[in-house]
Amino acid sequence: MGSVGAKDVPVLLTPDGRRIDGRKLDELRPIRIRAGVSHQADGSAFVEWGANKVMAAVYGPREVHPRHLQQNNKAVIQCKYNMAAFSVDERKRPGLDRRSQEISKVIGEAFDSVIFTEEFPRTSIDVYIEVLQANAGTRCAGLVAASVALADAGIPMVDLLPAVAVGKVAGAIALDLKKEEDNFGEADLPMALVPQSGRLVLLQMEGHMTEEELGQALDLGVRGCRDIYEVMKAALRERYAVGAPGGAA
Amino acid sequence: MSRGHRPGHRRRGREGQPSPPHGDRILVLPGEEIPGEGLRPGTGTYRVGGKVYASVLGLLQRRPPFVQVVPLSGRYVPKPGDVVVGVVTDVQTTFWLLDIGAPRWAPLHMTGTPWPVEIGETGKFLRVGDSVLVQVESLEATGRIGVTMQGERLGKLDGGTLARVSPARVARVVGRDGSMIDTITRLTGAQVVVGQNGRVWVNGDPEAIRRVSAVLRMIEEHGQRSGLTGRVESYLLATSPIADREDDGGSAPRPPSPPIPSDLPSPEPEDEEFDDDTGSIGPDGP
Repeated sequence: MGSVGAKDVPVLLTPDGRRIDGRKLDELRPIRIRAGVSHQADGSAFVEWGANKVMAAVYGPREVHPRHLQQNNKAVIQCKYNMAAFSVDERKRPGLDRRSQEISKVIGEAFDSVIFTEEFPRTSIDVYIEVLQANAGTRCAGLVAASVALADAGIPMVDLLPAVAVGKVAGAIALDLKKEEDNFGEADLPMALVPQSGRLVLLQMEGHMTEEELGQALDLGVRGCRDIYEVMKAALRERYAVGAPGGAA
Repeated sequence: MSRGHRPGHRRRGREGQPSPPHGDRILVLPGEEIPGEGLRPGTGTYRVGGKVYASVLGLLQRRPPFVQVVPLSGRYVPKPGDVVVGVVTDVQTTFWLLDIGAPRWAPLHMTGTPWPVEIGETGKFLRVGDSVLVQVESLEATGRIGVTMQGERLGKLDGGTLARVSPARVARVVGRDGSMIDTITRLTGAQVVVGQNGRVWVNGDPEAIRRVSAVLRMIEEHGQRSGLTGRVESYLLATSPIADREDDGGSAPRPPSPPIPSDLPSPEPEDEEFDDDTGSIGPDGP
């Protein structure tokens, strides 16, 4: 993103309310989810969301490594979010950085609040999120992938965890920002929803919004999450389709 | 075959529990509300504000007033009495730690073996990587799993290789009254031990081991189909190494992967229904 400042700001919103890729303000990018893509992991999922490609794999509950992180009354959730070197235009320097540590932490904490961790004392549930191609909103795409992978791994939890980012683009509140909108927009507000209770278990914000805009953005985000929730459920239903007696499924 | 080949198999009583027909098997996902009045939450569910929700992905089972969800995936959940195949992961002075595919490693104490083990001499009997056949004795609230090696057929599994199937598929690998496992051992000549944890120990000549693992993969992927035993039998007969030798002197290239003979007749619907409620359902094949 080093050369971004040198470029001209693109037209983010046309007078008739169309965004840079032709979407309306409340429209999601196309999203496709596949559950159970890895045979090594206990659960896995692959998410293609706009130009994002994210894979998630879940192991566990299993023995805790390193041991000192073990807790006597519950499972620990160890989440690792990582971006591949080739996931962005300019090569991403591989390995841990402050951004990936922060995202790993907030995603792990979001899952900690929905997983029944007390059912598996002294164990670890390891969640790996690999971003293969990034185009804004990868923490939400990663969280969605990981949530489907957790369900695929048979982990008991309150609910699936749909997530989406809402932003402010050219003065308007818009759902699910893509890269140009994220880079040149005024604000970005990623969130994750527990549909069963309506609680938000992840909420971050970058940029500025008025109080009124924030309320509007939250409403829009919750509606977006509910749409994504349906896609997540459809992916799991497809993987575990009930075979009819004749074998047709 | 000196060792019994299906020690892990246990029949589960179905008295008083009419097993629902296939069509009634309802898949539920975490967070989905289970409709009904005055329900009491069983395993795989939770209750908030008088409503019951599923907490795991699985099949809904109503046993009034309880509802429960039988999981379709996930790690092996130890049950006392289960015979499981484990792998030694650590050797301590008085016990070994076994990976049985459960959330925790299971300690096998030296007094739980049929051998006269002295303190500090555990390493002379079992080393890291050895396979063993043990029985689950207890499951504590802390998640600690107690296992024993004292019992009929239990002990160290010498040689052979390990294969894995999903714990939800074990019933299918065994088959009704062991029909599937009988077919496999009869047609491959391999020794096969199926643990309730989905670990399968296979011993025999390399070709036999290869064929057994091909069949296990077939069962894993197509476990929800009916007439599976017939399909497996057809596959094993069609790929018999003896037939290969007669055809072209034994130098024939091996069949690359187990083709699913979907066009073959499946004459025996006998394994369409069996003990395990989860058996005829799951991810569909291509």
